[in-house]
Amino acid sequence: MKEVRLDSISKSYLKGQMAIDHVSFEVNCGELFGLIGPDGAGKTTLFRILTTLLLADSGSAIVSGNDVVKDYKNIRKSVGYMPGKFSLYQDLTVRENLHFFATMFNTTIEENYELVKEIYFQIEPFNQRRAGNLSGGMKQKLALCCALIHNPKVLFLDEPTTGVDAVSRKEFWEMLKRLKDKGITILVSTPYMDEASLCEKIALIQEGKILSVDTPSAIIAQYPKQLYAVKSHQMGKLLDKLRRTPEIDSANAFGEYHHITFVEDKPIEKEQLAQLLQLNEELIMTNTTPTIEDCFIDLMKAS
Amino acid sequence: MSKELVISTQKLTKKFGEFVAVNEITFDVRKGEIFGFLGANGAGKTTAMRMLCGLSKPSAGEAKVAGFNVYNQAEKIKQNIGYMSQKFSLYEDLTVIENIRFFGGIYGLKPKEISNRSNELINSLALDQQKNILVKSLPLGWKQKLAFSVAIIHNPKIVFLDEPTGGVDPVIRRQFWDMIYQAVDDGITVFVTTHYMDEAEYCDRISMMVDGDLAALDSPANLKQKFAVESMDQVFYELARGAKRGD
Repeated sequence: MKEVRLDSISKSYLKGQMAIDHVSFEVNCGELFGLIGPDGAGKTTLFRILTTLLLADSGSAIVSGNDVVKDYKNIRKSVGYMPGKFSLYQDLTVRENLHFFATMFNTTIEENYELVKEIYFQIEPFNQRRAGNLSGGMKQKLALCCALIHNPKVLFLDEPTTGVDAVSRKEFWEMLKRLKDKGITILVSTPYMDEASLCEKIALIQEGKILSVDTPSAIIAQYPKQLYAVKSHQMGKLLDKLRRTPEIDSANAFGEYHHITFVEDKPIEKEQLAQLLQLNEELIMTNTTPTIEDCFIDLMKAS
Repeated sequence: MSKELVISTQKLTKKFGEFVAVNEITFDVRKGEIFGFLGANGAGKTTAMRMLCGLSKPSAGEAKVAGFNVYNQAEKIKQNIGYMSQKFSLYEDLTVIENIRFFGGIYGLKPKEISNRSNELINSLALDQQKNILVKSLPLGWKQKLAFSVAIIHNPKIVFLDEPTGGVDPVIRRQFWDMIYQAVDDGITVFVTTHYMDEAEYCDRISMMVDGDLAALDSPANLKQKFAVESMDQVFYELARGAKRGD
């Protein structure tokens, strides 16, 4: 069953500039779905349309069987939304914020405590502290509790891990998996490409357009060429030379290695390539599997 | 790389009341180096950077930046460094050219220099068509590239980059690093924080803060070897997972 369905949704803020350009995709019931793209790609606009906070110019969208325009009241009751910007009441305490959101949705903290227990447990010692005085990590946990307290069918999380360090990000994703196991459909947006593999299905988005929607492994399998990782002592010079070599189609820095593809996918042996590049040092070259970021760069180029 | 030191600290410490935000950190940054400054949220990176930029007085210890003492030559330091962060870098309500001129003035360039450097910048960034539009209507990637150019407009000894590439698309993120390499070729030292572990690999040396301490300092290759792992991601995880302070 489909929990969320978008059909050719478009939205522009300024004349001629499409924030969202004919976006269509579906999210299955109980799925952990990632919307992945850089700042300004349209992720927040899309979430605001789906949570009925913004009207699309054209197209239609269904969330939990409800139309985002006609049935907006039903949607507001059945979804949880955590905006990218901290939007709780700064001058209410932790407990007051949670109580407020529970009351707004005609429920109590006790009724759905089971759902937020694991997260709330970590901020409970600060129950009497005003939300404005919490650290970034604790604000995020409180916001997630408030978005969950009415036991929503669908949870929208807009960039929950932006500016969060690698260890905390890992913990956050583990928490999302456990929420998913409780049957909640989760849509999460992120600019970090390495988080793609933690989602069941992803949509890559750039400049308001969807570049691809599929499982992370299927997107990687669709990468059009054999990818190679190369390395030498002077990486900066190597990249420069690779870019000026006509036989090389693409060359991008990827941490310790540069990732390259060949024109028409015709590989050149390592020794021959070293000669072509006029390298006076050893060249290391191996086959490598593309990452989602490789795919994103390739799809950006193609579009 | 030269032996000249652009940053040198000895047991640099900052306390807020009882809380030790930065605990006796000692390290050097050499001229022309790309120095990565990593750590979990709340580890003390920002506090340490504020001391090095002359914005916050240390509680104890010594530090010299660009040859000047952080205790009594903070103004000299500010003239000799550049600074750019993801959160704040340019004035959104000024045009591209107005931002360049404004920062040129702030960094103490003479009017003639400002006009020369403005033209150079506009040309090298291919922003001629956009020079009179407000910065807020520039795409994020261009904004960040412009912000970096503005941060080094006065040819500083060192530039501090605080998560310069957060949220930027993967192509622009790489172009941004090309600009960093260019700046290094021009003799500028780079001090950079990032949450992208592939970018940690582009640094000559990495320092890693955990709970206010400098828990590690070495080249990416040596760090990976030391922890017997494949990637900087794993190095970070090994070091930071024991952290008690969270953000």
